[in-house]
Amino acid sequence: MIRSEILKDIAPILRDQLVVCNIGIPSQELHAIDDQPTNFYMLGTMGLASSIGLGLALSQPKPVIVIDGDGSILTNMGTLPTIANNVANNYILMIIDNGSYGSTGDQPTYTGKKTSLAKVAEACGCDRVIECRDVDTGRVLQEALDSGEMTVMVVKCDSGNAKMPVITMDPVIIRDRFMKAVAAE
Amino acid sequence: MSIDKKIADDLVANDISFVTTVPCKQLAGVIEEIEHRDEIFHIPSNKEDEGMGLCAGAWMGGKRPAIIMQNTAIGVTINTLATLIQYYRMPLPMLISYRGELREPVACQVEMAVHTKALLAQMNIPTYHFHKQSDVEELDAILKYTFMCNKPVAILTDANFWGGYGDQ
Repeated sequence: MIRSEILKDIAPILRDQLVVCNIGIPSQELHAIDDQPTNFYMLGTMGLASSIGLGLALSQPKPVIVIDGDGSILTNMGTLPTIANNVANNYILMIIDNGSYGSTGDQPTYTGKKTSLAKVAEACGCDRVIECRDVDTGRVLQEALDSGEMTVMVVKCDSGNAKMPVITMDPVIIRDRFMKAVAAE
Repeated sequence: MSIDKKIADDLVANDISFVTTVPCKQLAGVIEEIEHRDEIFHIPSNKEDEGMGLCAGAWMGGKRPAIIMQNTAIGVTINTLATLIQYYRMPLPMLISYRGELREPVACQVEMAVHTKALLAQMNIPTYHFHKQSDVEELDAILKYTFMCNKPVAILTDANFWGGYGDQ
């Protein structure tokens, strides 16, 4: 499966949750598949989805799912020790690991070679780290939500992108409707 | 009252409860003070752009954030300031150790000091420079201003303000 197929598969689970989505094609795909006010789309700033999601999870009680990528985690590798040492049990970091920089033309990343992000996350001190196959994403994500424990998922999948339109929504509108969804009862 | 306590008091008085830090020798005292305040959740960052991501999330989660860092970090965070904090219009007080100014003992620090104000001006970031200890009296107003206008705001604090880098 490629990322867009996984996102279609898990859209019913994501729909009712706060989601922080990675820059570029991942956000375009999520936006096209199931736009929700509970989705925060990153339009720039590669690497910071996991950090934004952690700050959000530490500041309010609702579950937060971060849809990140292997390339973005490699860009901001310092995020994993911060996550491990500031435990937020309402935080799920789902790394879609397709071994490539999808938004820029599928150039290979090191996770498609010798580097294991699951082992990195464990070495950084993350307690609940689960590497899974693309077809198991929905089950593992639901189990992570049900566990009530901070979880790092590494979803191994194929490289490739769906053709989706760019997001033209104003960033302040994305942010404002997201904050209202966060604050809603 | 010490400067460190005064700064922490002003943060608390302005309901700032989420503070991320990347250390600098000049900031050691204020970081220690923040670590001990019950009203503030202190989360050290490994890099300043990571810290700004944490602050963005905290703010969207309903908390008022701040970042404490060195001026060399301006070189690290230009993209994050432009495409996250400014693009989504988020408030972010940045308490910045202004290394490479008068009384600086490390020559390399001057190399970023000469670019610091120019970069902040280029980014249209409101910038305040604390040079004398009494300048700290403006901090409360600067924090209120930051959350009024929803912008990143820089507070540069030089060695003279902290009582001299080498004298600590």
